[in-house]
Amino acid sequence: MKECMVRLIYCEMLGYESSFGYIHAIKLAQQGNLLEKRVGYLAVSLFLHENHELLLLLVNTVVKDLQSTNLVEVCMALTVVSQIFPREMIPAVLPLIEDKLQHSKEIIRRKAVQALYKFYLIAPNQVQHIHDKFRKALCDRDAGVMAASLHIYLQMIKENSSGYKDLTGSFVTILKQVVGGKLSADFNYHSVPAPWLQIQLLRILGLLGKDDPRTSEVMYDVLDESLRRAEINHNITYAILFECVQTIYTIYPKSELLEKAAKCIGKFVLSPKINLKYLGLKALTYVIQQDPNLALQHQMTIIECLDHPDPIIKRETLELLYRITNGQNVIVIVQKMLDYLKESKDEYAIINLVGKIAELAEKYAPNNEWFIQTMNAVFSVGGDVVHSDIPNNFLRLLAEGFDDGEEDLQLRVYAVQSYLALLEEEDKLYPQKFLQVMSWVLGEYFSLVTDVDPEVILTKLHSLLKKTFVTSETKAWIMAAVTKIASHTSCSKTVDELIQELSSSLDTCLRQYAFELKHLCEDKALMKSLFPFDASCTDLVVDASLSFLDGFVAEGLGHGAAPYKPHHQRQEEKLSQEKALNFEPYGLSFASSVSSGVTGRQSPTGLSFGSDTSGNSAETGHKETNTLKLEGVRKLWGKEGYLPKKENKTGKGNEPQAVPCGSLLAGQVGEPPALQPDQGASLSEEDKEKQQLASTLFVGLGSSAGVSLMGKADTATQKFKRKSKINETQHLSEEASDLQNSAASDFGPLLDTVPINTEDSEGSMHVRLRKASPCSSDNVEDNLAFETPQSLRKSMLDDRLSSNRLSQSSLFADSNIEIFQPSPSAQCESASETPLVPSLPEELEELPHSEVVGLCQSDALALHLCKVWTDDSLLLIVFVSNKTTSALCAVNLVFEETEHFQILESTTSQFPVIEAQSVEHCQKGMRMNKVCTQAILSGSVGYQSEMETRLEFSVTLSLMDFIRPMEMTTEDFGKLWLSLSNDVKQNIKMSSCQDSFSAALDTLQRKLKLHRVDIIGNEGILACQLLPSVPCLLHCRTHSGMLALWFRSPCAALPDGLLYQCQKVMEES
Amino acid sequence: MLFFFPLLPIQQMQFMLLFSRQGKLRLQKWYVPLSDKEKKKITRELVQTVLARKPKMCSFLEWRDLKIVYKRYASLYFCCAIEDQDNELITLEIIHRYVELLDKYFGSVCELDIIFNFEKAYFILDEFLLGGEVQETSKKNVLKAIEQADLLQESQNEDWGGLSEDIL
Repeated sequence: MKECMVRLIYCEMLGYESSFGYIHAIKLAQQGNLLEKRVGYLAVSLFLHENHELLLLLVNTVVKDLQSTNLVEVCMALTVVSQIFPREMIPAVLPLIEDKLQHSKEIIRRKAVQALYKFYLIAPNQVQHIHDKFRKALCDRDAGVMAASLHIYLQMIKENSSGYKDLTGSFVTILKQVVGGKLSADFNYHSVPAPWLQIQLLRILGLLGKDDPRTSEVMYDVLDESLRRAEINHNITYAILFECVQTIYTIYPKSELLEKAAKCIGKFVLSPKINLKYLGLKALTYVIQQDPNLALQHQMTIIECLDHPDPIIKRETLELLYRITNGQNVIVIVQKMLDYLKESKDEYAIINLVGKIAELAEKYAPNNEWFIQTMNAVFSVGGDVVHSDIPNNFLRLLAEGFDDGEEDLQLRVYAVQSYLALLEEEDKLYPQKFLQVMSWVLGEYFSLVTDVDPEVILTKLHSLLKKTFVTSETKAWIMAAVTKIASHTSCSKTVDELIQELSSSLDTCLRQYAFELKHLCEDKALMKSLFPFDASCTDLVVDASLSFLDGFVAEGLGHGAAPYKPHHQRQEEKLSQEKALNFEPYGLSFASSVSSGVTGRQSPTGLSFGSDTSGNSAETGHKETNTLKLEGVRKLWGKEGYLPKKENKTGKGNEPQAVPCGSLLAGQVGEPPALQPDQGASLSEEDKEKQQLASTLFVGLGSSAGVSLMGKADTATQKFKRKSKINETQHLSEEASDLQNSAASDFGPLLDTVPINTEDSEGSMHVRLRKASPCSSDNVEDNLAFETPQSLRKSMLDDRLSSNRLSQSSLFADSNIEIFQPSPSAQCESASETPLVPSLPEELEELPHSEVVGLCQSDALALHLCKVWTDDSLLLIVFVSNKTTSALCAVNLVFEETEHFQILESTTSQFPVIEAQSVEHCQKGMRMNKVCTQAILSGSVGYQSEMETRLEFSVTLSLMDFIRPMEMTTEDFGKLWLSLSNDVKQNIKMSSCQDSFSAALDTLQRKLKLHRVDIIGNEGILACQLLPSVPCLLHCRTHSGMLALWFRSPCAALPDGLLYQCQKVMEES
Repeated sequence: MLFFFPLLPIQQMQFMLLFSRQGKLRLQKWYVPLSDKEKKKITRELVQTVLARKPKMCSFLEWRDLKIVYKRYASLYFCCAIEDQDNELITLEIIHRYVELLDKYFGSVCELDIIFNFEKAYFILDEFLLGGEVQETSKKNVLKAIEQADLLQESQNEDWGGLSEDIL
């Protein structure tokens, strides 16, 4: 059997089908003797992958072997676990592997750490409780175990560097010891001590020291030491050097080290070994933004690399050039890129490079002719693999234009002319996307070119339509162009011909176009109004509610037709009819029922006149109306659904001076002094050429020797700056004002009933709630003009307010939910620290919220934060208080994007002016995109006082901020339960104080914001949702002092996260 | 709208391939889950690309969004795929260390050793690289682990052999 298995592995490697033997590999691992087991495990790890269904059968074997007394068996089990293991089954082996961390043999400990690393990668939430054991592994006496734990740390620090700053010292010490040769000689590799370990540590330090002067301070010495030690001329030392350089440039800079690192890079770049040269270029690319002078030093080498026979070197050089492009050298650099593009056959490289060229062309184009020609080259070389953004952006640029009307006109005229010239060549094949761009431009701007008869253009388009290589999508574009042109000419022979021809076309789409065109031709007035000239940017007003159909609907209803029901309603009805079996996924109806309240009347938005494409867009529009904003939807003729509004145009910067190629004079500004001696008379012809190239390439780099002299940084040369469309969603503010209204109306009668209410609302919790935000009472008073200075009256009112808040919030309907328990003293402290205590606006005060905590402050400004848990998102209210006596200008608050959270609307907020001694606030709706128990959201605030200042801050958001109770009936629960697939089970010990089942449930309900659906005997069911609408169901049962929890959810990571919270809560209480 | 992307672990190494100058695959180890079809496609493309490169050329390749690091030892090509931001040189040394290990174990290794004892080559690889990360950098420790397993296995094997005969 063993031999068979070995042969099977070989067959599999040769590419033959061998899946029939997979099950035998598992069997062999399970039943065979040691030798067979070893081969069995090997076969399993080669044949199966993580998600393979047969892998489940291996779990039992692994558990058995982990418990074995035979070391080899344990080793084999651990090896296979660290390679492939099913995610869901981790709890089954986790305790066993944790035990192995204390094993006496280092090899077992090492493999156990590796296995835990694997678990961390596939299910980080499940190993959260053993973080301190990782620390123990880091301090293990065996270097191998320590090295293995570094993998975990690297990964964790990558995700959250701020949580591990305290370990910086340890890492530095370890690195010092390694570099100093304190490890046993076993770990040497070509007489370099433990290079892998060194590199791992350098990476970790780089991540830790990033943008952090204090942490970086600690590591300067050891980095210097590493640079010094790595002197032997061997690949491995270069590998370490490279990592060192990268770390030095990543952490907070220190000039001495930077100098040394720059020297190192020089060594790489100038090396005759091609591998080192490549790495040198890579390092240059990495550091070029910080230190552009380095590129100047090595410019001749870079020029040589441009003509290197190895395309990989060339490509890396282009990448480098891409980073140093500015308005002055763009022509040469783009030319080089296009040259490379023409030789390249690799599709991936083409897509990549084409995108870069288009970006550079848009940013730095010196003039119209060059821009259009470059884009033509991009489209014709890039062909149909180019990303669809490129033609779209290009057309948008043409349509929107710039400030200068004259300039726009020229650009458009030139575009039309160049396309006409291109179409002149009869037999040339152009990529479809290029043809589409051409036809759009010709259709839109043909009339700008006065010396060409529209008839000529029409004939050209007509002949294109007849070509077989043109796809029907492109034909649709061409037809749109023909229609536009036809609307501006009196009757044309070509058009008539065309209509005749296409009316009998087999392509229904084209036929429809032809008929439309025919009808429009008969009614010139209508046609003129439908196709106004140069109107691609004007907004079309779309009647989103389809009111013009009201009459039709009324008539239909009058004739006894059934009223229209939205899709989800129909689905629900269908469901209720067939109770017995249900094959529909629940997620769908669930999501739509949530949104049903939002849009009463759904209607297609992307309506365009007469074009058959509107059929499609209307349909998709209909499906997505939940998310589409109805206002401000525009339609550009054709398939471009998105032309953004023309906004206030940003002032166009100084026009960059076009530098004629190859002019030495132009380059002299940028010539570094180091090169001038070389320019003697003894230069050979070839060298001169290179010099010339260098001067054109590096122009603009040396002229200003500051850090910020990169072309990309100076905005003056940005000609084709893309206009960003500012989303003005009023959703939030509307909601807020609604709340305000309701609050105000509730306060009305309140005043009269205050005396009576004091008695009712004596509940201690209410008082506690009130205390949490003492500052907010002032706010309420101010705004509602309650002149009640007496403390008694105030507290009475407060009590009433808080009870009112509880009764109003639909969210935490269960009245015994504990929302927050801040200590009043802490509040006072913070209040005494800062004279400006921010307070929540009263419409938010209604909602459950956290206390206001300080985020960061400087002399001039303080930031406070409050979390507000609304029904559909987490609102972060950020208060910016101006502590100075003068107004602060241009305060800009920016949140960094993270993978975990999604910030609704934009990530930035701006306050043009904050008056002296006053507080402004902004709110951000948050959702959780990737489930994690907690993660850090960082951001910064910048403001202008005497000089520009930035303050950094970070907020920890926990999963619980995004969990809301979900109300449902027991019946719904049952249905949903069966439809969900991801489940997690765990037993938790109940502490003595929660001996009764209901007490335990109460704890869960109160602390975790779960909704209690039902309790039957010793079983209970609870439900909650992760915003916006991912349900998670919990079934719990008690038996002999244990609480068995069983979670189910459509999202795999959610049960893990909730389980962790449950454990925490139960331990605490 | 919520998106739950599958967790894609960021690993040092994506896969390792050994193939001969004739383009025959000798060893393959995948550290990322891929379907058989994809594996075959990647292997075919890579073997072609690498074999087409001239000996003087750089040992690194950009391929799709990955970096390929390859090195030729006699008639065998060793080829690793790593992430773009990884250190290429150290990967080259990983290959070299693996060759050293094979050399030590087999005693001046040649292609035939790997063909006939390829499961041994896998065992060594598993001791050296685990799940795409370097597990043990000490040559001595790796070989010790392998030898131990071999020894134990043999003695066990005899025991088992005797036992089964008794039963029969």
